[in-house]
Amino acid sequence: MIRDQETLNVLLDTITRFVRERLVPNEALVAEKDRIPDELVAEMKELGLFGLSIPEEHGGMGLTMEEEVLATFEIGHASPCFRSLFATNNGIGGQGIVIDGTAAQKAHYLPRLVTGEIIGSFALTEPDSGSDAASLRTTAVREGDSYVLNGTKRYITNAPEAGIFTVMARTDPSRKGADGISAFIVERGTPGLSLGAPDEKMGHKGSHTCDVIFEDCRVPAANLIGEREGIGFKTAMKVLDKGRINIAAISVGVAERMLEDALRYACERKQFGKPIAEFQLVQAMLADSKAELYAARCMVIDAARKRDEGRDVGTEASCAKMFASEMCGRVADRAVQIFGGAGYLSEYGIERFYRDVRLFRLFEGTTQIQQLVIARNMIRAHNG
Amino acid sequence: MGSQARLEKHKESKNSHRSIALKILVPVKRVVDYNVKVRVKADGSGVDLANVKMSMNPFDEIAVEEAVRLKEAGVATEVVAVSCGVAQCQETLRTAMAIGADRGILVETDAELQPLAVAKLLKALCDKEQPTVVICGKQAIDDDANQTGQMLAALMGWPQATFASKVALADGKATVTREIDGGLETLEMNLPAVVTTDLRLNEPRYATLPNIMKAKKKPLETVKPADLSIDVAPRLATIKVSEPAKRSAGVIVADVAQLVEKLKNEAKVI
Repeated sequence: MIRDQETLNVLLDTITRFVRERLVPNEALVAEKDRIPDELVAEMKELGLFGLSIPEEHGGMGLTMEEEVLATFEIGHASPCFRSLFATNNGIGGQGIVIDGTAAQKAHYLPRLVTGEIIGSFALTEPDSGSDAASLRTTAVREGDSYVLNGTKRYITNAPEAGIFTVMARTDPSRKGADGISAFIVERGTPGLSLGAPDEKMGHKGSHTCDVIFEDCRVPAANLIGEREGIGFKTAMKVLDKGRINIAAISVGVAERMLEDALRYACERKQFGKPIAEFQLVQAMLADSKAELYAARCMVIDAARKRDEGRDVGTEASCAKMFASEMCGRVADRAVQIFGGAGYLSEYGIERFYRDVRLFRLFEGTTQIQQLVIARNMIRAHNG
Repeated sequence: MGSQARLEKHKESKNSHRSIALKILVPVKRVVDYNVKVRVKADGSGVDLANVKMSMNPFDEIAVEEAVRLKEAGVATEVVAVSCGVAQCQETLRTAMAIGADRGILVETDAELQPLAVAKLLKALCDKEQPTVVICGKQAIDDDANQTGQMLAALMGWPQATFASKVALADGKATVTREIDGGLETLEMNLPAVVTTDLRLNEPRYATLPNIMKAKKKPLETVKPADLSIDVAPRLATIKVSEPAKRSAGVIVADVAQLVEKLKNEAKVI
């Protein structure tokens, strides 16, 4: 749903320009230093990128899902590590509070997430529970007015930068599955909370993940999201439905960038006396990429619109996430192929994207988990 | 309040700019985005604008930025953005309001507008709005005419300072540093006046996304040229538009003597 086309056009133009003028020129530097320069982070905050999807009454822009994916397409034209920094506030790190938080929790945290004063992080995955998230072992035991958390979370995006963590922990050990899980807001600096060393990753340099460790970490009961036990897993799944559409959108954005770069290279690079873009085998790679990209873009917009209509988009979100991220991987592979030997060199940047986008098929649910979600939903619908 | 009366009031209270109404009018033009590689239409009648990305003329963006800075500094009290052209110019006005203009006026017409017509429309708006200063871009990047500001100043009978790289407003006067061939020239002139901006006047900010959302709520008035009793019919006819000649391949010369010979006799540059 687009609320006001004119305003959206100005908004998207501004993002496009910021991406082109500020983010793209800094891609190589960020990858080399594994860090986004502080002044650029300040500019991203100033622009308002941290509050895209947080409701207007809390100071954000309250973009609809359709508006948000259109923005994400543009943001994807720069190295995805930039998006990682503000994506958790708009997505998994902030949406738990937006969707299921109490009025007090929203009022306390959302305005600071909007400005980027604090970074929100989402702590679901554990060393022994990734795809099988409902088996998580981190515990939260009620003691008076607080809960005591124990356990370890793994691969937590933006944990080194985070001011708050949305932590999924088991409040009812007698229930082994999803029903025993609750979600908490844990502030950085809470005694008993510590961070592991930043993970060494294949790509996404400039964006950081690490372990988050809870050792008798005492959290006020008021920080239980929704102030109800046992709904935490449902909160996490609602957050992930939205997150999956966004991962699909970023996959489309980055694929567009890679295809633009590959097309430009193919038109400039000459072999056998003419641009390689004039050779049919290269054309086939360009055309296949274009068609798949178009399909993925349509899927993302359709899923976003359906979510805006208030429909259950579990299946659509998984379909879009699976198809778009796999498409992005194929486009990355073809882009490197079109660049030829140059594609293997760091200076052309395309190999960096090739490594970066590998993550899209893994996080917020692997392709295989999306397949399970889609098929289970189909079978459930059939059986009634 | 007439401009004369306003200037009198301005003189009375030198030390408190904030209490004096000082309105800045900023004309903004919707042009082909500076990143677009323009193509000439096959029949040579003009530039192909179908599906081409449009945005605010960069010099006008500098003008909006300067006006907004003057307002933020407490020198100006109101910034009014004006655009003349098709309905989509509203988007350009929204951008100006997102940067910080208080309101917008669209003079809506589908007619081809030439600099004199725009200057006349702006004169009509100046008569109505009584701004203290008009800040406009020195030229638009589509036709590079560099005429509108000058024509407006002439029509209004106001002083003008073009190609500004520094602007200060105080005590009913504008002090403007201009970029000229030999260096910099500083002029002082009485207000009201017209100032046109050069590239180095400032570096325009990005409109923040929350301000873009808020700009939706700022007032935008639409008028037609006929409402202002202005005839915008073109006075000039475009005969032909053609692409610049393609650069021909270079040659490698054998020695300096041959280079000098070619520069002298072939290129005829020395």
